Amino acid sequence: MAIVHDVIPPFQLYQPASVDEALDLLDARGQDAWALAGGMDSFDWLKDRTKRTSVVVELGQIAELQGIRESGGGFEIGAMTTLTAVAEHAGIRERFSVLAEAAELVASPQIRNQGTLGGNVSQDARCWYYRRGWHCYRAGGNICYADTPTAVNREHAILGADRCVAVSPSDTAPALIALDAQMVIRRKGAERIVQAADYFRGPDIDITRMTVLEPGELLTAIRIPATWAGARFYFEKVRDRQVWDFPLVNVASAIKADGGRIADARIAVGAVAARPLRLQAVEQAIAGRPLGDETAAMAAELAIQGAVPLRHNAYKVPLMRNLVRRAVRGGPMGATT
Amino acid sequence: MSQTTVSRRNFIKGVIAGSVAVSSAAYLFRGSPLLSGQAARTGGVERLLTLTVNGQARRVDVAPQETLANTLRYKLGLTGTKLGCDRAECGACTVLVDDVPRYACSVLTHAVRTKTIVTIEGLAAADGTLHPVQQGVVDEQGFQCAFCMSGFIMAAVGYLKKHPDPTREELARGVSGNLCRCQDYDKILTALHRGAALSRGVARG
Repeated sequence: MAIVHDVIPPFQLYQPASVDEALDLLDARGQDAWALAGGMDSFDWLKDRTKRTSVVVELGQIAELQGIRESGGGFEIGAMTTLTAVAEHAGIRERFSVLAEAAELVASPQIRNQGTLGGNVSQDARCWYYRRGWHCYRAGGNICYADTPTAVNREHAILGADRCVAVSPSDTAPALIALDAQMVIRRKGAERIVQAADYFRGPDIDITRMTVLEPGELLTAIRIPATWAGARFYFEKVRDRQVWDFPLVNVASAIKADGGRIADARIAVGAVAARPLRLQAVEQAIAGRPLGDETAAMAAELAIQGAVPLRHNAYKVPLMRNLVRRAVRGGPMGATT
Repeated sequence: MSQTTVSRRNFIKGVIAGSVAVSSAAYLFRGSPLLSGQAARTGGVERLLTLTVNGQARRVDVAPQETLANTLRYKLGLTGTKLGCDRAECGACTVLVDDVPRYACSVLTHAVRTKTIVTIEGLAAADGTLHPVQQGVVDEQGFQCAFCMSGFIMAAVGYLKKHPDPTREELARGVSGNLCRCQDYDKILTALHRGAALSRGVARG
């Protein structure tokens, strides 16, 4: 498909003033309704005509979805809070710096000024075959164009692929998983809370969606519990360019140490699988072990067990190994690339 | 021939200019409903907005799916805002929305109907005195073809509102959401850095 330089095809636009009003609209319009946050993912689809919608529910006018509130030693972040606001928030920088660093490394300044935390974790896959409208598994077809002998798949999955080999592109997702964040999901008349690690869905469960959000549901807030406040954090993102680019691999960790030993840890890696992976086996293996290079090296080798590279992305295996090693070892290298 | 009489030559020139305007608009919108009075779908937003642009209240009819860049350029005549990629990937369309740099190609106009919008046309003072960042660009001749210039200037002006005294590296990071196909970044940074100094009241010379 050619790049289209024309106005977006017509849709009905609603700008609800409250979450309840938005949920009523999403409930009434069902599959037709497209919830629009910052729009940095949505506009590509709509402009390229690879996805169309007849109804857009724009969430930017809803005050209760904005802002960062103190909540029991942690924070509750409205889903429409911009990435810039997350990155610059003094309390988040002080207590949960891993999230501030992750938010600061997303895309470009203008995109962070508009893109939201809720949108960053709910965005669709960036596989270019899929985004260019090829009728692949994720689009409802029965082939993966990125997993053929001639496919260009340098940025695709090395773990957990099931037919589709697209990866989770979010930078904030691993950080939220490392912080045991909770996702507040509402639909008309109901609310449910999902752990950040369970918010994302792989193709083995649903190949057409990246998250557990059902039609009619809205991610309204993200809660950061006090659990990991002030822990030793690490975030690093490796990408081709220093701006705009999605991660080739990113990693986030939170480690609590006790007398030079690891008391508890969270490690999550993005852009290696269709969902951001929490490395629970690694977390369990390093618990109780001394902080240092030896434990870090062991964690790194364990992390890449089962990795299956495609034709052009074998580099991701050592990249992931080295990032996990740094994430366990800690140090000043974080968030530089 | 007196000045008030419409000469045949000027009349013909006027007709040509008028039809060029019409045909280029038709080209730009290629039969889209933007100009052809799209029948309003039932429900949804009121199309007639009052936007605050460059300190003025501008009444304008805006389609629900219209981006801010399209409204500014094709409805309000503010063509200083450039459209490069139309995909939030180049920065040429950068404007200030409530003092924050945003890509106008990727904002629905309806989403900013209550905000204050400033474009490159709104930077200079009423008497024509250039904004310090514009003056910095003039002083240092910062751009080559300058298609990306208004976007760069708006990004820099927005960045400097929060960070008035950046190092060259910090400023580079601040305007990293803008691309220049002439690869003129070194001179651009010099010019914008000069603009930052002028903004702080550092004397020219």
